[in-house]
Parts: sequence; C-alpha cells; structure tokens
Amino acid sequence: MAAVLPASTSTQQPPTVKRRSRTAYFLLAPGMGWLAVFFAVPFITLFVTSLQVPVPGQSGRYMPAFDLMNYPEALSAYSEQFIRSFVYAGIATVLALIIAYPLAYFIAFRGGQWKGLLLVLVIAPTFASFLLRTYAWRTILADEGPITSFLNALSVLPQDRILNTGIAVIAGLTYNFLPFMILPLYAALDRMDPRLIEASGDLYAHPATTFRKVVWPLSLPGVVAGTLLTFIPAFGDYINAQLLGSTGDRMIGNAIQINFIQFRDYPIAAALSIMLMALILVIVFVYIRRAGTEELV
Amino acid sequence: MKHSPEMIAALAGTMRSSVSRRRLLQVAGISSVAVAAAACGTGGDDGTASEGSAPQDVSDTEKTVDWSNWVEYMDIDEDTGAYPTLERFQEESGISVNYTEDVNDNNEFYAKVRTQLEQGQDIDRDIVVLTDWMAALWIQNGFAQKLDKASIPNSANLIPRLQSVSFDEPRDFTLPWQGGFAGLGYNIARYQEATGNSEMTSLDQLFDPALRGRITLLSEMRDTMGCIIAWQGNDPANFTQEQFEQAIDALTEQVQNGQIRQVTGNDYLAALESGDVIGVIGWSGDIFALGEDFGFALPESGGTLWTDNMLVPSTSTHKKNAEAVMNFYYDPEVAAEVAAYINYLCPVEGAQEAMVAIDPELAENPYIFPTEEFLNQTSVFMELTPEQNEQYERLFQTAIGN
Repeated sequence: MAAVLPASTSTQQPPTVKRRSRTAYFLLAPGMGWLAVFFAVPFITLFVTSLQVPVPGQSGRYMPAFDLMNYPEALSAYSEQFIRSFVYAGIATVLALIIAYPLAYFIAFRGGQWKGLLLVLVIAPTFASFLLRTYAWRTILADEGPITSFLNALSVLPQDRILNTGIAVIAGLTYNFLPFMILPLYAALDRMDPRLIEASGDLYAHPATTFRKVVWPLSLPGVVAGTLLTFIPAFGDYINAQLLGSTGDRMIGNAIQINFIQFRDYPIAAALSIMLMALILVIVFVYIRRAGTEELV
Repeated sequence: MKHSPEMIAALAGTMRSSVSRRRLLQVAGISSVAVAAAACGTGGDDGTASEGSAPQDVSDTEKTVDWSNWVEYMDIDEDTGAYPTLERFQEESGISVNYTEDVNDNNEFYAKVRTQLEQGQDIDRDIVVLTDWMAALWIQNGFAQKLDKASIPNSANLIPRLQSVSFDEPRDFTLPWQGGFAGLGYNIARYQEATGNSEMTSLDQLFDPALRGRITLLSEMRDTMGCIIAWQGNDPANFTQEQFEQAIDALTEQVQNGQIRQVTGNDYLAALESGDVIGVIGWSGDIFALGEDFGFALPESGGTLWTDNMLVPSTSTHKKNAEAVMNFYYDPEVAAEVAAYINYLCPVEGAQEAMVAIDPELAENPYIFPTEEFLNQTSVFMELTPEQNEQYERLFQTAIGN
C-alpha cells in the first residue's frame, strides 16, 4: 500500500507540477527582469568601472582595464571613513533599537483601537522629504537652541555644541531610520500570542525573565529585520554627515560622492561602492549567523 | 522633436523588418544632428567636438530659450515671484525664456550633463552660467559654441578688466553674467561680543581662537585657497606647488584644531544667519543680501575675484535666441536693475551711471562697481592644468576631511 500510493501519485502529479512551475516563472519574470536591468547590469557596469585606469594625459577620462590596484588604493585612502561609518551606523542602530522596542511593544500590546493611528504617526514623518527633515535638525540642535543651551548649562558637551559634531550625525541617522526599526519590531510583536506572556507569569516567571525567555526570543525576527533595515542604509548614508557633521565626521558615502562628483575619479568611486556592498554583505552574513535566526527571517 | 541616438538605434532595431529603409532614414533625419554629433563624440576619444558638429540653429522658428543659472542670481519681485527684467525681455523680443535655477555647484552641474555633452545629446539648455575655470573646461572640451558678436552689439559694454581672460581670449565663447569676490563675512554683533572688535579685516582675525568652531570656509577650492595663499604673502594668481602646499598645511592646522566648523557651498548663509557661525570666507553679494547686521570685507592680504560666465552649450539649437538674451542684459539700464537687486560685481560699462537713478548709494559701492585700485587688491586664481586641478582639489578635499 505504502509503496503503491507514491507510485500512482507520481504518475498523475508531473503535469500539474510542470504547469504550476511555468506559471511561477511567468509571475517571476517582471521581478527578475527588474533585477536584471536595475541591479545586475548596473552592478556589472560598476564593477567594470572599478577596474578602469586613467587615459594618460587626459584628466577625468578612463579606459577599460583590469586594474585591481584601485581597491587597495581606495581602501587605504578611505579606511578612516569606512570605520567611522561602521561606528556611527552601529551606534545609531543600537539607539534606534532601544527607542523603538518599547514603542513597538506598546503599540502591539497596549495600542488597542489606536493601533492604526499610532502606526500612522510612526510613518507620518517619512511623508516629508528626507532632506527637509535633516535640515530641521539644524534648527533643533542650533548652538543657541534650547537643547544645546540646556546641555551646555550642565557642561556635558565636549565641544560646547551638538550641531556639526559626531553626536548630531548619529542623532540624525537614528531619527531618520527609526521607522524602519519600529515597523518590523511591531510586526513581530503583534504576531505574538499574549497568552504566552500570561502563561509565563502563571508559572511564576519574573516580568524580566518573561521578557528574556519569551518576548525577546519571539521578537528576534523583528529585531534582526529592524536592525538590518536601519544599519544598511545608515552605513551608506552621506546626507546626515554632510548637513549635520563637521570636517571630521565624513562617512564613506561622502567619500563616494566626492569621488564621483568632485574628482570625477570614477574607478575609485566605483571601487569604494563595491567594497561598501561587499562589507555590508559580510556584516549581514556574520550577523545573521550569530543571531542564529536564519530560519526565522 | 528630440530623439536620442539610442532611441534611433532602438527604432531601427525594431522596425527593420516592417519599415522601408527610406522611412527609417526619415526617422533618423529628424535628429541627424544628434547622430552626427554622437558619431563625432565617440569617434574622437578626446571628447573634442569639431566645429562642424554645432547643431542647426532653429531660433527663427522656435522662439524659446532655456537658461540654467545659479540660485538667487536674478532680480525678482518678491511679492509675485516674477523676474521683472526677464519678463520685459520676453515682451520686447517675443522669445519665451525658460529660466531655471539649477546650477548649485560647478562640479555637480558638470557631472549631471557631461555624458550627454560627450555624446552630443541635447542637454536642453541654451545658456548655462559657469565659473571661470569650469567655463574653461567646457571650452577646452568643445562643449561651448562660439558667440556671434554681431548679434550681441551690447557686448561692447563689457568692462575693460574682464575683456580678456586667459581661458577665452578674446571672449569668443563667453560673456560674464556677474562677478564677485571671496572675502570675509561676519555677523557684526556676535563678532563684537566674542572678540571686542567690530570689524573683521584679516584672516588672522578669522582664525582667532575666540571664534573656535564658529567659522566656515567655502568648498570652492579656488576661493578658500586663494584667500589663504594671499594671507601667507604669496600671490594667488601666480604661485608654486610648494606655496600651495604651505597653504594646505595652514588650512589643515585650522581644521584639526577645531577652528573650522564646516566647509560648505551655499549652505554657509543659513548658519551665518542663525548665529551658529560668526565669521566666514564667503561671497560678496551673498553677504550684502543678508542686510546691515552683517559685514563683508576683502582681507587686507587680498581676496579673490571670480566671474560667472554665460555660454551656449555645444548642443543648443537656440543660439541666436541666447544671444538676444545676452544682448538684452548688456544694456546698461537692465544691468543696473539686476545689480541693484543681487549686489554682485556688474560687468557692464555704463551701468554705474544708470544705477544713480535707482540707488545712488549702490552706485558708489566698490563691490558692485569697483575702481581699478580696488580691483588691484584682488586676484583671479591662477589657471591650472587639468592635472594640477585634480591634484590640488585632492589636497584641498583631504585637508577638509573628505
């Protein structure tokens, strides 16, 4: 019996499986086409550009070559900016997580009928232009604004100011990418069965233990998704460093921008972009492995 | 009417089977100009378009001109948002001007249109306004069309000081739109509060430790470095590699000791206005526009003089209309009207007399109508070879943290 059944199904199944898979490919086509045209092709172009060498005697012109030296050259010139980007984006991500978690928790478990409205409020700032919102921080953090004055009265600011320091850049990054942290966290927490928390309490777990053993592990997919959605764009961002930072706060995005626009050194700029992508890929890979949530994400 | 070469190629590809060769040629004929120019661009790898590649001028049939200029560089009626002189030109000439303030930075603008220019594709602009060194680059690369002075009779009104420039001798391709100075700008009240002085006249005062973290410099390399080179007693119009590096060292020192808060483009104005920044190296007209609470002075050691120039891109098909615009703005009356609003150096002879009727005080302003002696305090930054330019830009950007 057990041997007959699979045999009979296998004779009937193939046609339907085949048809289904063809439909799947059909449906996938637009997405794959999109990826090919807007990711694969530009990526290859970028890679080819990163290997070009200058045309001798003609400033700003490059010809195809296979010059791998562009990579070490770019890295040695901009290692400081790479490290700074990692540190700034890392701090911003942790801060965003600390701010977002309680908020997402509150919306998911206490939001009640206001859930929808609260979520709209989370997203609402993104309706205004990214650039404008970042400019607004210049007013908020102005030297004689209330925040800086207050902190200066307590003499806690190393440079007597916030604007045009690393602090302002990190604050800007945290603020700008916060919604991308809140939403996945909310999605993860909202899916959670509140009875699990009750059950944990019924078993005499301390609220802190409940959080550590029940809520946190179940929210991990949201945490991983949120931190990635915050860290990745923050790592490559250059607007915050440009508008809120000083000369010593430039990030890798600024280096890429300056090489493309100012120096018109396309090979170095392309090499930096590729390294940035590779670095993010490695960081994400290691992170997901460490978080041990491959099957959850 | 504009077909890119790619589009023609695509059309050719898809139509090959169903359309006769004759029809194809018709399609191609519509923009044979673009194709020819494109062939030119790819043929010679040096990017120099030959004389013959200038597209046909359709000014007589299409009464339009597209003009790209810098922000706040035109007289404006603040209530209606209209540009009075521009409107008058349109009424008088019947040519409609599409005026866009989309030049924010020489390099950025160049990066935006460069590929199209190299391939001979229309960049949809008939006048662009570029600073001297960038205009020089366009001329070198064949991206500018020669002006027909016969259709710009008023160009004779160009002030003598600007009549001959090293990059365009004798002004075949360009006409100055406005000029200006890079010098010291400061918030008078706050400067006094911080240092006890009411006037800032030297870079020593700008680099006074009392202003630590409250000053900005310009990201335009020539303006900032020109002032520093002069401050060190060298000549910005003629300096050696060693002297440039000396100036870079001085800049690096000020960056590293925290004196300099930011190195920016037009952004510095907002910071100066809000009070976060007390002193700047800035542009003359900008600071005047801020009003009486702000001062501007050329450093005692000397400031830099620059000009923003109108030129007609190689791909423009409305050169004659563009020349009509230039001619209009070289009328002294019109030039005075513009200068009265934007307060930059006016390049038109006779405008000073016309200004007396508008605002006698402005007619005496040496930053708008400078005398010879005044101009002698300033220098035009030395012309650099492309290699030098690249090297110096790099040194400069590295010094300011990029």
